[in-house]
Amino acid sequence: MTVITVLFCACTVFLPPIGDPNSAPNQHVTPYYIENSAEDTGSPNIVTGTLADYRGFDTLWETSVMFVSGLTACLILMANTEEGKSVLKGRKNKKGGENRGQ
Amino acid sequence: MGNNRLKKPFGGIVLDSSFRIIIPFTLVYGIYILTHGEFSPGGGFQAGALLAVGIVLVRLIQGADKESFNVPGPIAIVCAGVGTFIYAATGWLTLFGGGQFLDYSYLPVPMEHLAELHALGILMIEIGVTVCVMMTIIDIMDAIIERLDDDDKEVDYHE
Repeated sequence: MTVITVLFCACTVFLPPIGDPNSAPNQHVTPYYIENSAEDTGSPNIVTGTLADYRGFDTLWETSVMFVSGLTACLILMANTEEGKSVLKGRKNKKGGENRGQ
Repeated sequence: MGNNRLKKPFGGIVLDSSFRIIIPFTLVYGIYILTHGEFSPGGGFQAGALLAVGIVLVRLIQGADKESFNVPGPIAIVCAGVGTFIYAATGWLTLFGGGQFLDYSYLPVPMEHLAELHALGILMIEIGVTVCVMMTIIDIMDAIIERLDDDDKEVDYHE
């Protein structure tokens, strides 16, 4: 695991510097978005056009990830609240001498 | 510390009178950011956060007893799922219109220009994102409040 982490970190040396006009994405994709975003997406905002139209699939799963993570947080928070419903509650009550959990 | 710590309102007279100005402004501003997201900085995520802040403030200031409007936890969970579904349903609409997934040019709506169709599609998915973000935040707040109340009750049982 450590070796893999070090390898990944070492690979960042070979990335193009941020803002380099000669790097690969800045040569092909970025000029296309800047030139055609207004006509293609109907929105004068390039960020919104890229986020919601060119990269709509990405944003869909972004939303899903947020929904699922919020749901998980709620499940964890509410797991122990109902009386005698969850494993945690049973364990705590066994320690306290009474066993409402079962 | 008694029971239902957060269900009591913690607004004094200042908060009680000022939130009548702050909350409507926050909600209207959130909707403005949602509908104007294409033309200015903003969009679904920010609008959802603003709308959620409005409802969280109402809940905190007025308390659970006499609050003007609130979204209960289970309904919030369902609405968050519905928001995500609106997004995916937009993609399916374009599929039924004959195009690729989320290709707004094929939305089955009669409009003249392709750009208008794209703007409509962007608005639809932004609405979905907004509902999802807003309801998720409300949901987490509701779960935390319920958990705190429940922990307080448990302490009272054992002592």
